[in-house]
Amino acid sequence: MSLEIVLFYLAAAVALAATGLTVTRTNASHALIYLIISLLAVAVIFYLLGAPFAAALEVVIYAGAIMVFFLFVVMMLNLGRDAAAQERRWLLPRMWIGPGVLTGVLLLEMIYLIAGSPAMSSGTPVSPKAVGIELFGPYLLAVELAAILLLAALVGALHLGRRYMRARREEIA
Amino acid sequence: MTAVAVPIEHVLILAGALFAVGLAGVLVRRNIIFLLMSLEIMMNACGLAFVAAGARWAEADGQIMFMLVLSLAAAEVAVGLGLVLQLARRFDHLDIDAASELSG
Repeated sequence: MSLEIVLFYLAAAVALAATGLTVTRTNASHALIYLIISLLAVAVIFYLLGAPFAAALEVVIYAGAIMVFFLFVVMMLNLGRDAAAQERRWLLPRMWIGPGVLTGVLLLEMIYLIAGSPAMSSGTPVSPKAVGIELFGPYLLAVELAAILLLAALVGALHLGRRYMRARREEIA
Repeated sequence: MTAVAVPIEHVLILAGALFAVGLAGVLVRRNIIFLLMSLEIMMNACGLAFVAAGARWAEADGQIMFMLVLSLAAAEVAVGLGLVLQLARRFDHLDIDAASELSG
């Protein structure tokens, strides 16, 4: 068992712990920081699996851009101690029983099915060059579709946010 | 750079566990910001499964699918957080149950 294998299991444990803490926090900013830690741990796993380009994208876009966007909205809404107290009232321990049992059953079934068919991952890294050649060759249509999706999201976010900003300006004025 | 030969079933089990935690979060939480965060966790778990499969067969397709998942997550967050701002303006709180009635 080499050191890199140990690194994988360490990163997996960090990712699971940080994700569990994310969904149980009452303060939105704390949950976001734990989510960023979880994403960074998954980026380490990507690197260990031989996908350095996916690891870089995970850090730059996921842990960087998308999480900063979340943080901006949390700060804009100005959620303070009151919001955390209300969240604590909403989040009673007994609420976890039903969903926890249901998702736990599904997870156990899947672990049973996956563990029944052992196979090693190849251990050969896939370079960013190979990814780029595939991406702008056979997958060109998917890239165009992703561009249209992002444009639609941009228009939708602008439409929803503009009404919010106009209302804020009227409140201030 | 060398890649380690981790058993792929362990990576898939990790992805499944992350997905299950995110699913439990979606089912339990009432605050829409935490709901969006749980959705992010679930999509990230999907991306992990794609990259693991790409590493198993030493193909670039897994990372390409991860990129498409990434752009989907970005689009979803942009629209979702716009809805969060609207919800906060109309109801002064972020309870998802307040938006249970569809009316203009």
